[in-house]
Amino acid sequence: MRLSEHSYRTVTSLAGPILFLENVRNAKIGEVVNVKTGEGRNIEGEVLSIDRGKVLIEVYGESQGLDLGHTSVVFTDSVKKIPLSRDIVGRSFNGSFEPIDGLPMYIPDRYEAITGVPINPASRSGPEEFISTGLSVIDGLNTLVKGQKLPVFSASGLPSREVVAFILKHATTLAAEKNFMVIFAALGLSFHDYSFYMETLQQMASGYTAFITMADDPVMERLLAPRYALTVAEYLAFEHDMDVLVIMTDMTNYCDALREIATARKELPGRRGYPGYMYSDLASLYERAGRVNGKSGSVTMLPVLTMPEDDITHPIPDLTGYITEGQIVLSRELHQKSIFPPVDALPCLSRLMNSGIGKGKTREDHRIVANLLYKYYAKGRKLRKLEAIIGREGLSSDDRVMLDFADGFEKHFIHQGEKPRDIFQTLDEGRNILAQFSLDLP
Amino acid sequence: MSGKITGISGPVVTTDMQGLKLNEKVSVGCGKLTGEAIRIEKAQAVIQVYEDTRGVGLHEPVTATGMPLHVRLGPGMLSEMYDGLQRPLERLLAEQGPFLIAGKEVDVLDYSRTWKHVPLKSEGDTLLQGEFFGYVEEGSFRHYLAYPTSSQSSRGDGKRPSKRRIASIKEGAFTLGEPLGTLDDGTEFFAWHDWPVRIPKPFKKKATSNEPLITGQRSIDLMFPIARGGTAVMPGGFGTGKTVLEQSIAKYADVDIVIYVGCGERGNEMADLIEEFRVLSDPWASKPLMERTVLVVNTSNMPVAAREASIYTAVTIAEYYRDMGFHVLLLADSLSRWAEAMREISASLEEMPGEEGYPTYLSSRLAGFFERAGVVETISGRNGSLTMILSVSPAGADFTEPVTQACLRATGASLILDTSLAYSRHYPAINWNQSYSLYTTELSEYFKEKVAEQWPALQVRCREILQKEESLKEVIEIIGVSGLQDDDRLLITIAEKIRTELLSQNAFSDDAFSPPEKTFSIMERIIRFYDMAESRLKNGEPLEDVLKEGGTAV
Repeated sequence: MRLSEHSYRTVTSLAGPILFLENVRNAKIGEVVNVKTGEGRNIEGEVLSIDRGKVLIEVYGESQGLDLGHTSVVFTDSVKKIPLSRDIVGRSFNGSFEPIDGLPMYIPDRYEAITGVPINPASRSGPEEFISTGLSVIDGLNTLVKGQKLPVFSASGLPSREVVAFILKHATTLAAEKNFMVIFAALGLSFHDYSFYMETLQQMASGYTAFITMADDPVMERLLAPRYALTVAEYLAFEHDMDVLVIMTDMTNYCDALREIATARKELPGRRGYPGYMYSDLASLYERAGRVNGKSGSVTMLPVLTMPEDDITHPIPDLTGYITEGQIVLSRELHQKSIFPPVDALPCLSRLMNSGIGKGKTREDHRIVANLLYKYYAKGRKLRKLEAIIGREGLSSDDRVMLDFADGFEKHFIHQGEKPRDIFQTLDEGRNILAQFSLDLP
Repeated sequence: MSGKITGISGPVVTTDMQGLKLNEKVSVGCGKLTGEAIRIEKAQAVIQVYEDTRGVGLHEPVTATGMPLHVRLGPGMLSEMYDGLQRPLERLLAEQGPFLIAGKEVDVLDYSRTWKHVPLKSEGDTLLQGEFFGYVEEGSFRHYLAYPTSSQSSRGDGKRPSKRRIASIKEGAFTLGEPLGTLDDGTEFFAWHDWPVRIPKPFKKKATSNEPLITGQRSIDLMFPIARGGTAVMPGGFGTGKTVLEQSIAKYADVDIVIYVGCGERGNEMADLIEEFRVLSDPWASKPLMERTVLVVNTSNMPVAAREASIYTAVTIAEYYRDMGFHVLLLADSLSRWAEAMREISASLEEMPGEEGYPTYLSSRLAGFFERAGVVETISGRNGSLTMILSVSPAGADFTEPVTQACLRATGASLILDTSLAYSRHYPAINWNQSYSLYTTELSEYFKEKVAEQWPALQVRCREILQKEESLKEVIEIIGVSGLQDDDRLLITIAEKIRTELLSQNAFSDDAFSPPEKTFSIMERIIRFYDMAESRLKNGEPLEDVLKEGGTAV
């Protein structure tokens, strides 16, 4: 602990959100600083690296108007913390953790550092409780379970908003939960998207907390908002036994912000200019999902990202897929066929599905129905390519059945419009389609 | 010896401390974080810190420990779960709750547990370095206790180990804190010893192996067998089933001890694995799987530098058991995260980057690590083996990236996991055209002798059929299946049977483990059917009739 407040006016260079300071006597990594501009504006910042007296600071807010002579920097001797309280449910905040719903700040229960601490792998309990989203293609084929992190891979022009809104409206666990709530982190959203999401949230029966950074807010705030969201989520899940679903959109904006800041720091760029530590950085967010032994709450995560150029091998979806427990991939082709949700079942995956389905969890025939639907749909999709070359006539009768199955599967199983299905309806629908084409049933 | 922190950048700390040795373990800051000296200059030393440096400040103290970064080896490691620095996670959980707080020191081994020592030597006997003086029973294993070799003479060959006489040796119950005896020069010896992780444990000599490590996975044992003491990598994009395959191998492999490293991977998967391993039993011996397993876990959100250390920690523990004459399997998921950790540290050291930002020593580090595998005659004259099966996660599923390429050059088998196979739910998604094993010929004698005379011959036929199918595919794309000759259509049917009945295996069913005998009988059934069908076809019977029993026409 330092007894007096340290203040410096020794700024030697300024570039974007980066600020160099000299002759600092005492500084800590990650320490929060208050940067005061000549006009008396106050901006928060953080110590990034220290080399003897030279300190590199990154400011969170708008750095415009800073100068060398009048800027002063105050060191606070504390890492970035946010106030926590149960009263946060139902509130909305901006990227500086200020309420934007017109209400005053609540009285905090305590403060917590936003970077979080890793969960001891020995204390994690395996996710196995089914969450129903109301969407057949997810519930039936790529089941989401409590404590999982399952991203939605979208592409520009695809209805990721509507898919997320659908899940928000209909997500429940099998045993109806009173303690279910949603935390929404908007990362660099346009006003159009923002108003859509806020409208959805307000219609929801369960509680929500929102952290909103808009497209024109400082990019640093995009790096902070998901950390606020997750710190609050951990607090509510592990201290107030709530089942928290964290929705973060759009992670592509987050990664671009990360790249922008890394470039400003003059770091060596990695693939496509993104920093080499992007994997670790994303993991420090995604891995905060989970359940802990002996606690009934859970943090489940549904990040949404836009694949640039529809390319799933782009670093953002690629690194995300390596960390998360599966992915839900939206397809332009299905969207053009007016199928909603336009989820391409083949590249989708839920790694934790096996532990969340079956007798006592969903239904006994779940695994086998899902396997059969997958098998025939994959076959049908493969044959479509062949059909394009040699025509339908060149295919055997068995193959034609597969082709028709693939169409029927898309139209009746994947497509469901606005109507939610519970898991039993989903499995029955699957069995219906199999029966329709007289394919073997379990 | 101590100094002060003069600079911090990410996991790298500089200090003004003098007299540090390279790779010496140091304690950093008021929080006593673990670090390792990785660069030493006249005026300053650079330290890589294995824990989160957030909150560490300038002028905080740095203390040297006089030891290189090491692991403590002794009884009680089996069924433990360690982090990358060998801190026992279950005991950390009991002490500090569900979240990991940096800088916490916990004893690696459990000093309260009582063991029963059975001496193999008595007073007056000579004791060589690396020689066993006794053993304890650990679960169903006889855990041999050795007088440690000096890590300075680590090359194993050449130098004569020093010879001492035993002045006293204890028998019966003891805890790890007590010495088990003394030598004539007064030094005490314990049931445990420390070993620097970056130095391979010595052995007498290395041998080549003609014995396979049976994994219970048909596509591996049959098509791409791995030799005991060999190295195999499994590169694959995300969602291709690397983790599931690694875990299946951990469950069913025919080895004594399994060391599983979760390096920069998912926490939930590790939780799943532990739950499963507690329940499942070892198919080769009736006891819980956990009893033969040591887990080293550094999930992706745990500190990056400890991820770099975790691989070395694990391989040193593996060598320790190898030296007792056990067959040890080291599984790591994934090596790419290890390489990326190296890249992150290299970047914060401002080293000149090589390909894709990886340090230029990437391939030599990898190759040096792979060389720690092998079948060896140990110092004590036993035969032990250390086999490695490691997954690689190439960015964008692009196998031309540096980590995959460096691994392919240095390892004996490569099991390429294919995204399109995984999308059509063919698991394990091992691509049969691109994968290879350099051990196939060496191991064919074993399979001939121990499983079936025809093993190698039928294996070659399977490969030929799959090869022909591949070339026929192009034809089908132009003229359709119906345009093919009957014998080609038969071949396509057989190839499909090989793919679906022989090569694919559901990791969550009873079929998850397939002993070589079962593998052979499936293969034989398919090939026998093929021969029969082919001869009936030659006799003029129509294809549809021929396929009636045992398969449908494509």
